Amino acid sequence: MTAATTTLSGPPASRKGPSFYLTREHHPEDGTLLGFWIYLMSDCLIFACLFACYGVLGRNYAGGPTGAEIFELPTVATNTAILLLSSITYGLAMVDVHEERARGAMAWLAATGLLGCAFLGLELKEFFHLVGEGAGPTHSAFLSSFFTLVATHGLHVTFGVIWLVTLMIQVVRNGLDPVVRRRLMCLSMFWHFLDVVWIGVFSFVYLVGVQ
Amino acid sequence: MPNNLDIQRLVFGRLTWDAIPFDVPIVMGTFAGVAAIGLTVLALITRYRLWGYLWKEWFTSVDHKKIGIMYSILGIVMLLRGFADALMMRLQQATSFGLHHGYLPPHHYDQIFTAHGVIMIFFVAMPLVTGLMNFVVPMQIGARDVSFPFLNNFSFWMTAAGAGLVMISLFVGEFARTGWLAYPPLSGIAYSPDVGVDYYIWSLQIAGIGTLLSGVNLITTILKMRAPGMKLMKMPVFTWTALCANVLIVASFPILTAVLALLALDRYVGTHFFTNTLGGDPMMYVNLIWMWGHPEVYILILPAFGIYSEVVATFSGKPLFGYASMVAATVVITIASYLVWLHHFFTMGSGGDVNAFFGVTTMLISIPTGAKIFNWLFTMYRGRVRFEVPMMWAVGFMVTFAIGGMTGVLLAVPPADFELHNSLFLVAHFHNAIIGGVVFGLFAGLAYWFPKAFGFRLEPFWGKVSFWCWLSGFWVAFTPLYVMGLMGVTRRLSHFDDPSLQIWFEIALVGALLILCGIAAFLIQIAVSIRNREQLRDVTGDCWDARTLEWSIPSPPPAYNFAFTPVVYARDAWSDMKARGAERPTSGFLPIHLPKNTAAGVLIAACSAACAFGLIWQIWWLVAIGLLAAIGIAIANGFNRDREFTVPAVEVAMDESIQAESLRRAA
Repeated sequence: MTAATTTLSGPPASRKGPSFYLTREHHPEDGTLLGFWIYLMSDCLIFACLFACYGVLGRNYAGGPTGAEIFELPTVATNTAILLLSSITYGLAMVDVHEERARGAMAWLAATGLLGCAFLGLELKEFFHLVGEGAGPTHSAFLSSFFTLVATHGLHVTFGVIWLVTLMIQVVRNGLDPVVRRRLMCLSMFWHFLDVVWIGVFSFVYLVGVQ
Repeated sequence: MPNNLDIQRLVFGRLTWDAIPFDVPIVMGTFAGVAAIGLTVLALITRYRLWGYLWKEWFTSVDHKKIGIMYSILGIVMLLRGFADALMMRLQQATSFGLHHGYLPPHHYDQIFTAHGVIMIFFVAMPLVTGLMNFVVPMQIGARDVSFPFLNNFSFWMTAAGAGLVMISLFVGEFARTGWLAYPPLSGIAYSPDVGVDYYIWSLQIAGIGTLLSGVNLITTILKMRAPGMKLMKMPVFTWTALCANVLIVASFPILTAVLALLALDRYVGTHFFTNTLGGDPMMYVNLIWMWGHPEVYILILPAFGIYSEVVATFSGKPLFGYASMVAATVVITIASYLVWLHHFFTMGSGGDVNAFFGVTTMLISIPTGAKIFNWLFTMYRGRVRFEVPMMWAVGFMVTFAIGGMTGVLLAVPPADFELHNSLFLVAHFHNAIIGGVVFGLFAGLAYWFPKAFGFRLEPFWGKVSFWCWLSGFWVAFTPLYVMGLMGVTRRLSHFDDPSLQIWFEIALVGALLILCGIAAFLIQIAVSIRNREQLRDVTGDCWDARTLEWSIPSPPPAYNFAFTPVVYARDAWSDMKARGAERPTSGFLPIHLPKNTAAGVLIAACSAACAFGLIWQIWWLVAIGLLAAIGIAIANGFNRDREFTVPAVEVAMDESIQAESLRRAA
């Protein structure tokens, strides 16, 4: 029996020169946060393309309405405030996560989710209003690129909310164990990332557009 | 009351019996052939009761080695389809002169050249490149798997789902007739109202998700999971090129995703991104798609450069000449690949200054590439060169690719490009670069790592036959295209009036037939090698006397790759270990934790494919169900906490002692 020639315990057989093998267990660093960050950067490029399209096509009104005519800055400013606030509440949730206070974390996550839903509600209201006024995405390249950029962001927020609810259920089921904590960290990056993108949308599309 | 037509539209969308091309004998013949082969394979699998084995050991496997092998098989199978398209085009062009119109109507011919390009790039070259990176990289860096094993399995199945959709388009409906990049306005709804472009968009979107995630996965793996001591500048060159190629994937595939999504919006919603009306701009599509498309070329060629680097060093018995310059050249190419996209459409009319800038950057990028060629040559210089099959591919590459690079520099001169744009000269140039660079590299890589994957070498005789057929076939097939391109013959034509051109196309057809022999020889080689596997067996795990860590473990490697994580002190770590007499520990084995197999990847990919099929045929209930099911499975998978299993120390000890025994016998 060849297996009999090896033993399971005790130091490995003698070696010449430096040690070429780790004889203890090797735990490579967990790559989840790095991997997720790389994914976010790729997502950022999708937004970059949409911004570029808006930059190229954003003044092609084709005889239709202009940004100054259709953007309602007060609504959008409110919406911006709501989304920025949701980033703060998510940050507070993460403080509780690090302090291992599951109940507080849940409350802040719920607040974040509600703010996210409020943001989406206002955005949908704006979209329906525009389409109702005859300024839908098919009327000009400007409107196409506007709707696509803003709706892509909205779609991301929607997925963020679904993910948030999923993770809240996991907090209830598993508590704040390392796996849930890691996932909450990923969603945290995702949520703040969407915030940053929105700041770009607000400044570049709305603020410039109303002039 | 809804009438029959409404209900039919609700259930089947645009899909009717008319979508099946019963009236096209070529397609039906192909379908009969493919169906016969498919049914035979399915019957054999059922007869030998392999379904359970395939499902448990392969389809649901999260082992990077098995996933790499599955990618390679996908690539080889799709190569047969893509090459069949090539042969059909060659046959058509060789016979369609004057009064003779060949055997393919333009409608069909246009689909064939589109499918040929799409399949060869996305479903042959990409799966083979990704497959080799997946298989080799974790072992080269001394890791047990990739960072995200489940994601890896999922990525593969998304790629396979995309390939499946392209195959379905052959028999249900049709494929795009737009050329492989589907430029609008031709690919817009006004000029391509049927499902061809939709097949194109959704198969690429699905496969693109897989490619992107696999890119994220491999970057993280390389950055986080290297063996202790393996600093970046001690990484094997193949791992370096894989790192750069995956950075390119992550930094360019999102552009493809975005631009195809915008094209889809134009087609489905009626937006005006790329239309000629209401403010749209078709040239924006062309710009964006080449901002992806040019880096894509380097995504394919960089890993091939990595393969040549490993092969040339191993078979010259020397460390690679100029390691640091090789790495630097790779990184420079990675960055510069983003600065040249406009050379694909100098004729856009962006003005002399812009064209000059992109012309100069294009010429500059040939400098690091040239440096690489010299590095390989100097590695061979005064080496003990062994002309095994992988090395033959490498030398064939150096000769062929250098010429492909030179014709590329010719095309980089904007005034020359105005003459040669969209001509057969261009077609010859990029086939010169892709066949002579990528395909030769993939064959070198397959021959080189095959014994690592399966434990026996490939029969060299048939490998050499394959090599010579491919090399000669390539030159016979594409030299006439260079000649005709210089004479001004444009690409993508299914008929010619000038009979004096016919001889060139006939020569090109002979070349294609030689390549066919090369492919046949490759398949025969695999069959013969499986039959003679006992004589070809690699008992040492290091059959080429190679230099990197994947050769320090048995062939085929155990599921966990390394019983003990190696410690790296030098470049070419395994060479260093051999030179300094490193001995594998024979005791003190520890239990090893590995990720469990999961069906989630297969299922999500299947749901995504169903969703895409629904989108293509506008079967909206299928879209909704497919999408919801895919998301549902992904969420449910997140709740699964039972993800690991342990290989007990006894089992590890057993495996290792069997290997030690076979090594002793070999010595």
